[in-house]
Amino acid sequence: MDWAAFFPMGAAHYAIGGLLIGAGVSWLFISTGLMGGASTFLTTVWTFLTKDQRFNTESNLSSRTWRNVYSLGLIAGAFIGVQVFGLPMNVTEVSPWQLAIGGLITGFGVRLSSGCTSGHGICGMALLDLDSILAVLVFLSTAIVVAHLVTLLGGVA
Amino acid sequence: MRPIALLQVFIAGGLFGLGLTYATMVQPEVVLSFLNFNDFGLLLVLGSATGLTFVVYQLIPKIRKAPLFAAKFSARPANARSRTLIGALVFGIGWGLSGVCPGPAIASVGAGNWPVLYALGGMFVGAYLQGRFFAAK
Repeated sequence: MDWAAFFPMGAAHYAIGGLLIGAGVSWLFISTGLMGGASTFLTTVWTFLTKDQRFNTESNLSSRTWRNVYSLGLIAGAFIGVQVFGLPMNVTEVSPWQLAIGGLITGFGVRLSSGCTSGHGICGMALLDLDSILAVLVFLSTAIVVAHLVTLLGGVA
Repeated sequence: MRPIALLQVFIAGGLFGLGLTYATMVQPEVVLSFLNFNDFGLLLVLGSATGLTFVVYQLIPKIRKAPLFAAKFSARPANARSRTLIGALVFGIGWGLSGVCPGPAIASVGAGNWPVLYALGGMFVGAYLQGRFFAAK
C-alpha cells in the first residue's frame, strides 16, 4: 500500500501540529486543571453583551475570563506561527456564503452538542467519554457526506 | 483565577493556535480536502493531539493531587446524550459546508485568513440562537 498517496502534502506537519495542539490542551490541564475546547467561548462572549439569564449562567460567568484569554492565546499563537515562524498560509477561496452559513450552522450545533472538534474530539476522546466518541463519529460522518455533496454540486473543495 | 494561572491559559491557547497553523488547519481547503478523501492529514492531527492529551489526562491526576496553579482538576460539564448527538449532526452539516470549526475560526484571526471571519461571525450568531432558544434547562 502506498501511504504517501493518502498524504499528498506530506504527513510530518500534520503530526507535529497535532502534537503542538495536544501540548496546549495538556498544559491547560496540568497548569490549571481545566479542560478546554474552543467552542464554549462562542456563548460566553454573549454574557458581555446581554443581560439574558439564559446566557448569564454561573458556569458561563465563572469561565468567561479564562475562555477569553484562551481565545486570545489561539489568536496570538497563529499570529506568531505566520509572522514569526513564517508558516505557509493561503487566504481561503471558499465562498463567503459557504463560510457564513456553514459557520452559523456550526455555531448552533457545537453549542447544542456542548463541544466541537477540540471539546469532544480531543478532550472528550482523551477521557474515553462514550458520548464524545459517538459525537465525533456523528460529526465526522455528517461532514464527510455534506462535503462530498458540495463537491458534487460544484462548490469549492 | 490568579494572573499566573491566566498566563498559563494564554500559553496553552498559544500552543493550540500555533499547532493549528503548523498543521494548516486554519486553511478550510485543507479540511475540505480531508472531508472529500483527498488528503487524510486531519486524522493525523486529531490522532496525535488526542493521543498526547489522553496520556496526560490519564497520568497526571494519578501522580499529582492538584494542578500547578489551581486547587483541583475540574471535570467537563455534562450534557444530555440526545443534545450531544443532535448537536454533533448539526455541527457536521456546517463543518462540511465551510471546512471551518471553532478553534481554527478563532485562530484564523491571528493567521490573517480574513474571509474566515464570515464563518466566525456566523458561529457567534449560531451560538446566540442556540443559547436564546435551545438552552439546556
